[in-house]
Amino acid sequence: MTSERPGDAGSCGPPGVAASAALAPAGSAPASAADDRAFFCAQIERLTDRLYGTALRLARNRADAEDLVSEAVVKAWACRHQLHDRACFEKWILRILTNAFFSQCRRVREASLDARADDAHEADGDEGFEPFSLFDRLYQPFLLWWGNPEQELLHKLLREDLDAALDALPEHYRLVVILVELQGYSYAEAAETLAVPVGTVRSRLNRARSALQRALWEQALAAGLVHDTPAREPPHD
Amino acid sequence: MTDRHDIDCAAVVAQLLAYLDGEIDAATRARIDRHLEHCRGCYTRAQFECALRGRLQELGVEKPSEALARRLKGLLDTF
Repeated sequence: MTSERPGDAGSCGPPGVAASAALAPAGSAPASAADDRAFFCAQIERLTDRLYGTALRLARNRADAEDLVSEAVVKAWACRHQLHDRACFEKWILRILTNAFFSQCRRVREASLDARADDAHEADGDEGFEPFSLFDRLYQPFLLWWGNPEQELLHKLLREDLDAALDALPEHYRLVVILVELQGYSYAEAAETLAVPVGTVRSRLNRARSALQRALWEQALAAGLVHDTPAREPPHD
Repeated sequence: MTDRHDIDCAAVVAQLLAYLDGEIDAATRARIDRHLEHCRGCYTRAQFECALRGRLQELGVEKPSEALARRLKGLLDTF
């Protein structure tokens, strides 16, 4: 079973984006078909790296990511008349791509027990959750004028360190980080996309960020970028 | 000296990520804004979290393979 969601072929846009006027600049006369096509092609060329990067983070393998980008481009072209404002093109097509990914996930999950496993995991609540903050590990206020260890670590981390830390997160944490941190979804938009309550998005984000920072810390330790030190006490005033 | 509009460091830290996500009410946002103007520790923490987010956002951009570029060009040619 598949349900139609914002970004699917029947309803392409995020809230406030879907409307009429085929790819026409807001407030202008309707664009010609040739102008529509030229604009669409130019935007795809401009955004290919962004579409592919997002698809790769979501799908986690190159072949699926390439299929996802292609599917999003076809769907976007098919429902281009629903884009009201050309300025929203990037957000609009990324939404289409993301929804295509989640539609595929739902199809797969409905045929498996993964969803139930996720639900069972989340039923654990906050038991066993230990918050972790890179900042609390690294910040040294007495070094304020001579050094900045926490910013230095960010500069030293490789892209592959970040990728590995993100990729190692449990699926329901990884996806919420991609939606909120990489794509700038609001909590409500992420909740709608993931079909979970907003409170669940907050809880997953909280845990995901902690797990991500812990993974980065452990990678930094293993690479000799930092030395193990007790966590600084967070403020209690 | 504090007044009823102040917010302490612990409360700022607890709400900082929601604040950076833009998921906080206007009154609390204003109080955190004021706190960050005067508290170097919390301001530095906010800067760090923003910078980490910036590094993560780099992952959302990736050069595609030649094969995908050709595939997209082929698709666009059919439109």
